Amino acid sequence: MNAKAAPARISNAVLRLDAELDAQPPRRKPFIRSAGVRFAVVYATIFGLSAFALAFSLWYATAGLLQRQVEIAIRNDATALADHFSVGGEPSLIDAINDRLLENVDGDAIYLLTDPLGERLAGNLDVWPNGLDQVDAWYELPVTRKGTHSVALLRAYALDNGDQLLVGRDVRSRAELRQLLRDGLAWAMTIMVALGLLGAIVVRSMFRRMIQDISITTRAISRGDLSRRVNVSGNGDEFDELADNINDMLDRITRLMDGVREVSNSIAHDLRTPITRARARLEDAALRADTQEDLRSAIERATIDLDAIIAVFQALLRIAEIEAGARRSAFAEIDLVPLLSDIDELYHDVAEERGLRLDTEITGPLPLWGDRELIQQAITNLLDNALKFSEPGASISFTARTEGAMIAIEVADHGPGIADADRDRATDRFFRAESARNTAGSGLGLALVVAVAQVHNGTLRLLDNHPGLRAVIACPALRPALPEVKQGKRK
Amino acid sequence: MRILVVEDDKDVAGFVVKGLREAGHTVEHADNGRDGLFLAASENFDAIILDRMLPGGIDGLRLLETLRAQDNATPVVFLSALSQVDDRVKGLKAGGDDYITKPFAFAELLARVEALTRRGKTDGPTTKLSVGDLEMDLLSRGVRRGGQKIDLQPREFRLLEYLMRHAGQVVTRTMLLEGVWDYHFDPQTNVIDVHVSRLRQKIDKPFDLPLLHTVRNAGYMLRAEEV
Repeated sequence: MNAKAAPARISNAVLRLDAELDAQPPRRKPFIRSAGVRFAVVYATIFGLSAFALAFSLWYATAGLLQRQVEIAIRNDATALADHFSVGGEPSLIDAINDRLLENVDGDAIYLLTDPLGERLAGNLDVWPNGLDQVDAWYELPVTRKGTHSVALLRAYALDNGDQLLVGRDVRSRAELRQLLRDGLAWAMTIMVALGLLGAIVVRSMFRRMIQDISITTRAISRGDLSRRVNVSGNGDEFDELADNINDMLDRITRLMDGVREVSNSIAHDLRTPITRARARLEDAALRADTQEDLRSAIERATIDLDAIIAVFQALLRIAEIEAGARRSAFAEIDLVPLLSDIDELYHDVAEERGLRLDTEITGPLPLWGDRELIQQAITNLLDNALKFSEPGASISFTARTEGAMIAIEVADHGPGIADADRDRATDRFFRAESARNTAGSGLGLALVVAVAQVHNGTLRLLDNHPGLRAVIACPALRPALPEVKQGKRK
Repeated sequence: MRILVVEDDKDVAGFVVKGLREAGHTVEHADNGRDGLFLAASENFDAIILDRMLPGGIDGLRLLETLRAQDNATPVVFLSALSQVDDRVKGLKAGGDDYITKPFAFAELLARVEALTRRGKTDGPTTKLSVGDLEMDLLSRGVRRGGQKIDLQPREFRLLEYLMRHAGQVVTRTMLLEGVWDYHFDPQTNVIDVHVSRLRQKIDKPFDLPLLHTVRNAGYMLRAEEV
């Protein structure tokens, strides 16, 4: 029962959706939940991190390198002085220190040699610097040298006789350079953060501008204005691709909606008639039937009317099922030759019975990726039509062959055909040409054939047979045609 | 025959039960899946008519799967409003023997249920079928009536074989389409009538007693006595 109400269910769902949308006006998103802000923050963070990495490596390469060079110089100096001490004892060491102080033109070398009691033996420092209490460790301490304050990198060594040797370098100028670098980098960082934020704001506004149009369009559509489309800028970028996809989707939705509307209208028109007839018969019988016989025949005729209505429903559902592509999962490789030969066999005698001639010519092989049952139903629909519209004595031709990569199955009759003006609409659901008004049928036969052809990636062409109708189903063959084998030829 | 009807719609169930009783069958009825399963599992039936969508937590598919899991091979006909091809396939896969979609004609339901129960009995390796003086040899694929040989086309042979296997039962047009041609839809044109009347020309025309009868509003029946 539920499946029968499919179109109504769809339009109900649409109405419900409309109601929900009307009930909730679109709110502005909280700032932090805006995707634009999120993109901007991510952008600024990545930009800031890369700027920081750049500054850090610059710092490490310059300031760090200077520091290490000074450390190496102090170490070398201390090793050389230790050699002097081990060769010539304390006097040699004092001489060496004094020589070095004389030779040192920059005046940045610092030495101090003290005896175990802390008395100065040689060097250019007046007192042992405060805070330097461990040997063999690096210290950077303020020192006073000939009355001037400065900063020095220092290392103390303990000698065998209890003396202590202090070797160092004045690093005031290096510290100044470092300060300069630090300031410069700090400024650079500030500017980079500012640029990053600016970039983030630009990214966000670009982002918003790009999706705003899509957002406005889709909102209008969800409110029921299906005519709106997203603007395509023509840049061919990702947003254009998205806009194109959305527009394609909207076109399809519009077509489906039109289809649903059309079907609902058709149901209203075309099912009302037989339902009215059945109802009238039953009511008439209830009111006026005099005999049991009359009553029974009225009920039987009404049942026949109801069966016709059921048949229309089933055909409609079947078309909907096929159009939805639900049957693609049941596709398999099929050989159309035996399938079409079976249909020919089924209809041949029927045609003969009606004084018609069915000229069948099936030229194999006809391999197809598809659904047996759907193909059978489509072909029998075409043959049913041809039989229905043919006068006794006429002939109907039923042919199947490959044309290049396509399989063409053709049913041609010499009946009244379809007027040029009607040909486009002939495959619409419930369409019935003027000339067909007086024949039986629901007007769904060709609509089903079209649906079947489409689900097999094919087409149905309706051509003039001078006179009559030539209906051609063309579907892509599974494989390129193999050498021709004639089969099932019957005249 | 003893038939169980599991159907929750009162009107449909009443109509089916009444019809089956009038046709001479004993009928039990359950209006939900739980009672249906209980009855089906605890008693012996010749056939079960089963709705797909049932109240009571157990739907038709579950009921049948449970039944088949207990090695219960009672023939089951689904009677369902779920009419898509997939639904039908699902029903048959679950172990159903036939699938009828609502709305349905009672004659169709009755014919299919009766055909189903008979099928079990004649499934053996039969080599000869006969109805009255009509005889069919399935091995040599020869047909004779009253000793007189009758020439049949391959499809006519299959049509007659189907009718003979269901001799004495009503066979509907859709049953013939499915059983002989493997078509699961009804063409608009009365193709079956034409083929049956051709067959009748061959097996009945030259003889006094007609065997192939038309049953009004239902289908055909092959039997030796008058209907």
